[in-house]
Amino acid sequence: MVVKFLDIAIGGLLTGGIYALIAVGFGLQYGVARVLNIAHGEFIMLGAYCTWTLFTSAGVTPLVSMLFCAPFFFAVGFVIHRIFYTPLRTASESAAAFEGNSMLASFGLLFVVQNLALIIWGSPVKGYTYLAFPIHVLGAVFSTNRIVTLIASIILGSAFYVFLVSTRTGKAIRAAAQDPVAAELMGVRINRVLALCFGFGVMMAALGGLLLSMTSVMLSPVMGMQYTLIAIIVVVLGGLGNIKGSFIGGFILGLVGYVVSSLQPGLSMVAYYLIFLFLLLVRPTGLLTK
Amino acid sequence: MRNPVSMRKTPSRKRRSFIALIVLLALLATVPGYVSSYTVILITNILMYVVLALSWSIFSGPTGYISLASAAFFGTGVYASALLSSDLPLPVVIVIGGIGSFVLAFFVGALTLRLKGMYFTMFTFGLVELVRNSVHWWEVNMTGTVGRLIISADNMTIFYCMVGIFVAVLVVSYLIKRSRFGLALESIGESEEAAAHSGVNVTMVKSVTFAVSAFFMGAAGATMCMRWTYIDPTTAFSIQYSFMPVLMAIFGGMGHLYAPITGATVFSILEELLTTKFPYYYMLIFGLIMLAVILFMPHGLEGVIEKGRKKAMRRSAVGT
Repeated sequence: MVVKFLDIAIGGLLTGGIYALIAVGFGLQYGVARVLNIAHGEFIMLGAYCTWTLFTSAGVTPLVSMLFCAPFFFAVGFVIHRIFYTPLRTASESAAAFEGNSMLASFGLLFVVQNLALIIWGSPVKGYTYLAFPIHVLGAVFSTNRIVTLIASIILGSAFYVFLVSTRTGKAIRAAAQDPVAAELMGVRINRVLALCFGFGVMMAALGGLLLSMTSVMLSPVMGMQYTLIAIIVVVLGGLGNIKGSFIGGFILGLVGYVVSSLQPGLSMVAYYLIFLFLLLVRPTGLLTK
Repeated sequence: MRNPVSMRKTPSRKRRSFIALIVLLALLATVPGYVSSYTVILITNILMYVVLALSWSIFSGPTGYISLASAAFFGTGVYASALLSSDLPLPVVIVIGGIGSFVLAFFVGALTLRLKGMYFTMFTFGLVELVRNSVHWWEVNMTGTVGRLIISADNMTIFYCMVGIFVAVLVVSYLIKRSRFGLALESIGESEEAAAHSGVNVTMVKSVTFAVSAFFMGAAGATMCMRWTYIDPTTAFSIQYSFMPVLMAIFGGMGHLYAPITGATVFSILEELLTTKFPYYYMLIFGLIMLAVILFMPHGLEGVIEKGRKKAMRRSAVGT
């Protein structure tokens, strides 16, 4: 009984780490850059596929390919913002109009990315095994790769937190999150900062996908959507742009998912959604906000 | 008001659009007589998207709430039809499908329409997943299958049913637009607080309109179900039925009734062309077109037309 309980608790935490990382990225894009990025999950999918390709064709281990993937996807996100969202922001009459338009643009992005992946990698599911040997944690058994993903996502999340708090660029991002107009008046190069945020968001998504692919998840070009939904729910749980909140939200969602899928597989998405519904009605600004 | 031009609508222009409508309907009614059955199916498909785009803009056009729940209502209609079509005549099934979606939308709306802006969008985006996963779970655990086989109706019947739904949604949109109810919707879109203070029962108006728009989506779903031989939750609740109406309505514009109709027609013909010519790249091209539309035509075709008309008016004013 105790072992079963521990199994569920730790299993939930392990899944939650990745959810948190994905949600931090989503929160940056919506909270600061004001882009409700429906295509967020597609970059998770891309990150997972790139890792798969590097691992199976060149033998690069996932943790090493992080060194390539992080800067590459950051650049991709930065360029996407520069090409689409920067002009869209300048052309939109109001902040609300930009939110609507940018969300619609992210649909277009979703179609493009998903179908590029379909053309490059094809529709049959793919997967690989990496660090799949068992490890005993307090009597329960887990595969090593899942523990590695939890540690990696905590390190990445903390590193980003430190970046936000202690660098000048981090300060500019926080200023832009509070009030983009005032930040611009204070000399923040707002378009550059927003593009940076979008780039970081895409990077987090790709790294989330990279970690996800390590845990023997089956990869397919249409896998992204469910993670977009998870990111949205975690962000609502933890509060927008709140890194600590995202981690707590991620762990809660991971736990709930683990419990529900051990009782009734197939209903975990329904459970997530009911939490989401309940939260939106009771505390639309998140659990941790005052 | 949003459309200064529409305020200056002259009676002759009104009569002109009425005549255009009659001609369109006469064409539609007689079309199966002189075109191939392929074309009839194509037109049915176009009409389905027209109905989805029009009913989407009944609610989202004036209020500005972007709903991504269309697929949930469409799929509810599909399933109502799959369950009942062997026992009941088609028109009854269509109405039941619509009522099912109406009830679902009314409850969802009453619960969630106090969410502002993007939170509502996020919610409706998730609603499709919720309904799809629930139906999937029910089918696997309770009925033991994932999909259902449908005894499909013939293409003519489906075509005429779709024409009927199209006329109904057109009439209802028109009546809502010119009624006090429509005025209340407009005022909610302009400023919700102000509307509430002027005595509009904001939640009620929003929920009812949301439910009315869902009724037609459900009816369209119930009709389209009869064209397929096999359905499962993935096809019935395909997220494409949420995205396409939004895209089509945005592409056309939402100020006039003709705009979403044009948008839906252009896009569904485009879809047909692309799927037959470039089956592998179709969604890719589609995504690029979508990005281009949002970047370069933020007010849709309608915006382009209005701009052109204003320019022409200015030119003629300078000329005199």
